Amino acid sequence: MDLNDTPELAEYRARVRSWLEEHAAQAPVLRGDDAIRDEHEAVAAHREWQRKLAEAGLAAVTWPAEYGGQGLGPLHQVVINQEIGRAGVPGLFDFIGVGMLGPTIIAHGDEEQKQRHLGPMLAADEVWCQLFSEPAAGSDLAGVQTRARRDDGGWLLSGQKVWTTNAQHAAFGLLLARTDADRPKHKGLTMFIVPMDAEGVSVRPLRQISGAAHFNEVFFDDVLLPAGSEIGPVDGGWGVAMTTLMFERVAIGLGGEGFGWRADRFASALVGDEDAIRDAEVRHRFGEIASEFLALRFLGYRTLTTLQQGRVPGPEAALAKVTTIRAAIAAGELICDALGPEALADDRFGELVSDMPGLKSAGGTEEILRSMVGERVLGLPPEPRLDKGVAFSELRARERAEVAS
Amino acid sequence: MNFALSDEQEFLRDAARGALGRVATVEAAREALDGAALPDLWPTAVEAGWPGLLVSEDRGGAGLGAIEAMLVFAELGRVLASVPLLGHLPATLLLDGADTVAALAGGDRRAAFVPARPSDWTTDPREGLRRAPAPVLDSGALTGEVAWVPDAPGADVLVVVCADGRVAVTEEAEVDPVRRYDATRSLGHVRFDGAPATELDGADAAAAWHLAQGLLAAESLGAVEVALEASVAYAKQRFTFGRAIGSYQAVKHELVEILRRLENARSLMFYAGWAAQDRPAELALAAAAFRTVAGGAIDHATRVLISVHGGIGATWEHDAPLYFRRAQLSRRLLGGTTGASAVVADELFREARAA
Repeated sequence: MDLNDTPELAEYRARVRSWLEEHAAQAPVLRGDDAIRDEHEAVAAHREWQRKLAEAGLAAVTWPAEYGGQGLGPLHQVVINQEIGRAGVPGLFDFIGVGMLGPTIIAHGDEEQKQRHLGPMLAADEVWCQLFSEPAAGSDLAGVQTRARRDDGGWLLSGQKVWTTNAQHAAFGLLLARTDADRPKHKGLTMFIVPMDAEGVSVRPLRQISGAAHFNEVFFDDVLLPAGSEIGPVDGGWGVAMTTLMFERVAIGLGGEGFGWRADRFASALVGDEDAIRDAEVRHRFGEIASEFLALRFLGYRTLTTLQQGRVPGPEAALAKVTTIRAAIAAGELICDALGPEALADDRFGELVSDMPGLKSAGGTEEILRSMVGERVLGLPPEPRLDKGVAFSELRARERAEVAS
Repeated sequence: MNFALSDEQEFLRDAARGALGRVATVEAAREALDGAALPDLWPTAVEAGWPGLLVSEDRGGAGLGAIEAMLVFAELGRVLASVPLLGHLPATLLLDGADTVAALAGGDRRAAFVPARPSDWTTDPREGLRRAPAPVLDSGALTGEVAWVPDAPGADVLVVVCADGRVAVTEEAEVDPVRRYDATRSLGHVRFDGAPATELDGADAAAAWHLAQGLLAAESLGAVEVALEASVAYAKQRFTFGRAIGSYQAVKHELVEILRRLENARSLMFYAGWAAQDRPAELALAAAAFRTVAGGAIDHATRVLISVHGGIGATWEHDAPLYFRRAQLSRRLLGGTTGASAVVADELFREARAA
């Protein structure tokens, strides 16, 4: 058991820390009383900050050097995440692009696509969004209904995506569409690069319980995509999507515990109230929830050890997400029980209370994650499936008939 | 950074599993409920070097740490083995400076830790909620009572935490052996009536308490592993309505919940082991968090073990009731899991106030 850096990593950490100390004053303030109020101004400042991080070699450290990365390992990324957290400055604006979509393009794109897109993505000159989920395809992602039809050498795109972070700021999106509905659902999908300023693309913000709009709906109304917009093979989009989701798992594994709701931050939310922290029920509930947050931190170190050994974290890493949401929901409950109705409207806790019910379904619902872990880790038999080997068009017809009957 | 077990630690764990596998401990646990004597596993423990695990090498021990001791306890917990190490190991931690420890390390003599809670040096009440004062040491004589002391019956030496946090060693006590609910757990109500005792200078009574918390939690973790393995195996072979019951989400998700709690507990066991070695100031928090999560895990896991097996799981035909009894008693010893969660709160509130 050793949580110390290797000498090489310690030296790297020192360099990262000194750069951040030197440049922290240039970082935008995005939270708290001094936060930039105007959203456009805040986004512009955040993008500028990403450019600075990228120029200093602190963005995309795991990308190969030829595409603007540093060719380093996941532990270097962890060091950066930790030092950014310690310095109290924002991280990347386009963490979805740099963390998940860029690596997908590196893995599956052609050289022209890589040369065209990766540089501007890294510098936040062009923001990206992930266009996977649909109103009727989330956990069962291979059920996407957005269609791309061959048209005059290119593609004609129509359909709808949802839960799209940063769509309103994005220059491009990575989109999973159905290109052949007469094949079984996983086999007729293709991944595309979609310019978000193309004619027929419209973005509508989705407000959440808290009132904020972190996500969007995106509509595609006969959008014309030029030939060569595909990433990876036509009808081979499922494999490309799996790559993206693998990078999502790694990104989550490298992230902090509990959406930043660490045990110590949870304690500081209550410590101002002497009666609360002397109350036996509060102490008991707090102790149970805080123990889960602590477990997350040390589970994280185990995951990092796996990464350090050159292995990709398995599906069991999904359980960290389940614990995170459970503990965060319970923490919000306890804070509001202890501090009263004012806490519901308090900016510090409101997000914790209001965002968690939705986040329970984000990145895989709790139920789908539990099924996946049960089948792949515990080796339990799968649920019987009614969609195996059935053409997607046939499947949809059956669904419509069943609803109608 | 390396937050995984070393090859040596894995070897120690595998060796413990091998040694314990030679005795039918679970069957013995069932027979003990009907009054049969338990097999004496002390020779097995001595052969494996467990009594001296925490004693330094120059005093005849193995010089290992809390993580190794917890790994052994997880193995004991897997098979419900009754070995009086929960009393012995924390006692040897406190006695490591003394000349008498060599006989304890070699297993020729056996010690028991008579615990008191570090925050106020109180002991578990014999019944009810009001905690009892720890014994008092006055002019070399020890007076007082402590209930539910692990492994006190048959111990040659008692290492006693006193009401002022000092530690005293005595060989004279009135021990009333008690076995309640879990026949594999040897407990004693201990009484000192002016017993001649020597003070152990500079002994860290709190560290011994935290170690005991970690050992009990690790023992629970082992039982959770077995409850999960047995439940998963059964869920794959038992069919209803033409499907293995493990294919139903209602069953599958409960089994995954065992795994989730198990891996959280294991992460905190590593935390406690690391803190004992590298960050003693965090040991109270780490051990209490481990105890909290492991206590919840064993309660949940043994209940699911019963329900997955259907009616038979609630009968003596099955092993599940033995693990359930283990869970329910363990969760209420040494300050209880509720007490452990309060320690987590107190430690974190104290840090937050200081920040």
